[in-house]
Amino acid sequence: MTTLLWLTLPYVAFTSFVVGHIWRYRHDQFGWTTRSSQSHEGRLLRLGSPLFHFGLLAVLGGHVLGIGVPASWTAAVGVSGEAYHLMSVSFGTLSGLATVAGLAILLYRRFTVTAVRKATTTTDKIMYLLLSTAILTGMLNTLGSNLIGGGYDYRATVSPWFRSLFTLSPQPELMVGIPLSFQIHALVVLVLLAGWPYTRLVHVFSAPVGYLVRPYVVYRTRDVAHPGSRRYARAWETAPPRR
Amino acid sequence: MKLMAQLAMVMNLDKCIGCHTCSVTCKQAWTNRSGVEYAWFNNVETRPGQGYPRQYQDQQRWKGGWTLTKRGRLTLRSGSRFKRLLNIFANPDLPEVADYYEPWTYDYDNLLSAPQMDTTPVARPISLITGEDTKITWGANWDDDLGGGPEQIGRDPVLAKVSDKVKLEFQQTFMFYLPRICEHCLNPSCAASCPSGAIYKRSEDGIVLVDQDKCRGWRQCVTGCPYKKIYFNHKTGKAEKCTFCYPRVEVGIPTVCAETCVGRLRYIGVVFYDADAVLAAASVRDDKDLYPSQLGVFLNPHDPRVVAEAERAGISQEWIDAAQASPIYKLIVDYQVALPLHPEYRTMPMVWYIPPLSPMVDALSSTGHDGEDPGNLFGAIDALRIPVEYLAELFTAGDVGPVRASLQRLAAMRAHMRQVNLGEPVDPEIAESVRLTTDEIEAMYRLLAIAKYEHRYVIPSAAGSDAHRLDALATGCSLDSDGGPGMTAFDVMDDKFHLTQQPADGNGVAAPADKERRINLLNWDGKSTNGLFAATPAHRPHTNGAGNGAANEAATEPESAAEPIR
Repeated sequence: MTTLLWLTLPYVAFTSFVVGHIWRYRHDQFGWTTRSSQSHEGRLLRLGSPLFHFGLLAVLGGHVLGIGVPASWTAAVGVSGEAYHLMSVSFGTLSGLATVAGLAILLYRRFTVTAVRKATTTTDKIMYLLLSTAILTGMLNTLGSNLIGGGYDYRATVSPWFRSLFTLSPQPELMVGIPLSFQIHALVVLVLLAGWPYTRLVHVFSAPVGYLVRPYVVYRTRDVAHPGSRRYARAWETAPPRR
Repeated sequence: MKLMAQLAMVMNLDKCIGCHTCSVTCKQAWTNRSGVEYAWFNNVETRPGQGYPRQYQDQQRWKGGWTLTKRGRLTLRSGSRFKRLLNIFANPDLPEVADYYEPWTYDYDNLLSAPQMDTTPVARPISLITGEDTKITWGANWDDDLGGGPEQIGRDPVLAKVSDKVKLEFQQTFMFYLPRICEHCLNPSCAASCPSGAIYKRSEDGIVLVDQDKCRGWRQCVTGCPYKKIYFNHKTGKAEKCTFCYPRVEVGIPTVCAETCVGRLRYIGVVFYDADAVLAAASVRDDKDLYPSQLGVFLNPHDPRVVAEAERAGISQEWIDAAQASPIYKLIVDYQVALPLHPEYRTMPMVWYIPPLSPMVDALSSTGHDGEDPGNLFGAIDALRIPVEYLAELFTAGDVGPVRASLQRLAAMRAHMRQVNLGEPVDPEIAESVRLTTDEIEAMYRLLAIAKYEHRYVIPSAAGSDAHRLDALATGCSLDSDGGPGMTAFDVMDDKFHLTQQPADGNGVAAPADKERRINLLNWDGKSTNGLFAATPAHRPHTNGAGNGAANEAATEPESAAEPIR
């Protein structure tokens, strides 16, 4: 069971994440979009969406620090365990609360505004369930364990386990016996990662940073000189004739 | 200098009767799908009026187009690139579907399936967005023909710029229709707003398109376009816009809106311009200088240096010929009767308008004056100050000079042609008073009043032969020799579309000499092609079934009699 949950599942999820994105990028450019619903409703969105997205970006940054960077490294640059803990709890709580508040507004909007509700697909619903669970358990970990429960040092268990997956020397046993909410959080995130490329979450990978350096007006020539330059044929096109 | 070619359109507002045929045919061709129910790539709005979407011209609110920074640099009105990226999670200036109108259908089924009852069953309106019962409160043409009265029309943002007097008087004096499509600007702010770089301007013909594969649905372009001619497809999550019917113009036939225009008021042609001069022209300080500065960007296709430059830029002879015969260049530069729509948005729009003179003639005639007397008409243009000011707010950023000059030329044309048609002695001073010769004014008359299909639409089809070659690559077959067993439908279509060569279809010219040779789809039974294809005169009696025979031959005569007066 330990191996299945903390060794097999993560690798399956990562594989699905990577391969799924490549597959979708190659075959579904047309479906690669934010599928924004702002044209249906703007007032609530303008409140909830920035809260949620900026909060989530901060949360992501926190995860990179907390899970990606070993405790020995932060100690080496002179950040004590207490200082790190204080930072992680305060920033984590702040960004987590922004995310949860944003999520609450967006979910409220999604289920009460008829036009937005009707634009919600089954995939969306599953994705929202996973995403909400991941965010709420994460919030619970930060608030419940650290503030109320006296703190749990995930940097001794979860973080090394996660990194061990990438150094290809997995240590699934590290995850045994950690608090249940941490386990659930990790599992839900893994499932979310596995499903990521098949949902609208792909829009994360089209963050348009290139816009900052691009010329304002884009010119393109008609694609007549290289009709075969598209790597993948349109479904309705037949093979070129042999002459 | 970087010479580029642009396909452009001019609409003669004097002729628009507001029939919405262009809108309907465009809708049938391009946006007759779910997700864009509310989108009209072509719409016709009554001016004064709020327009579509409501009050789209209020750029304080919608932040469309370009503006100048304090240091005089051109920047998007909605903010710097960095600010736009910060706003990417929720665009603060995005119109919602309700700002256009909530699309609806009716519960027609109820008319048939309702049980027997005392009252007549009704078809209730159903929202196409939510699928639920809805109340219709607005439409794409709610204030058509000044509908809704001063309460609605008073919200026209253009009207608000003209003096207060207008609100009280305009209903007696003024109303006209403004058909609008995408402007295919030289300096498109939609493309500049697109974070993904999915909106591009085609370097061959200047058509602005959205790459549906590259669009990621950030919807910044909807805000960026001051004409609000980019629509967000709420089903696919992608931006869509008028395509200038590129599959049609590529083979040399006009856009659907132009083709089906009942009043024949649209002109399509090529204009050469200097792409390197666009930025400077769009950055002039005073809004009122934008119209002349855009005129300065266009290149004279008759100038040998321009022709040489065009050849150097790889532009084919067919395109150069088209640029020289372009009705657009004549109307915009030679006669200067066409004006750009809202040059103050600094996008350098390429769909221009000839301002309407008819309302002034009508106003004059209704007061018992001779509406076509040059003295009366010139006086009226100045006396009817309010309409001229309103037109100036639309076409010249408020500068009445060019509008008055354009209207005076149209008035002079009417007066001159009346003298010609009534056989009166021609007064050369009429033409001189608007700085045209009598020959020029008559040429202008022919272009505006009686130009045939091939003179209104001068569209080079050079690209078409290429398309044919490519299409053959993709779908052709080795048996595809002319008339061979594998002759594809494309060859027929190609034949049909290549109007400049050998038109097999009467669509080619307004009064084709070979009308009887047109394809008759009505005769097609799905099995044989008898009676379907052009019949040769020798065996016409055998193959020509219903319709296209003798009646057309008779029709040819009077039409050729109605040739332009020369």
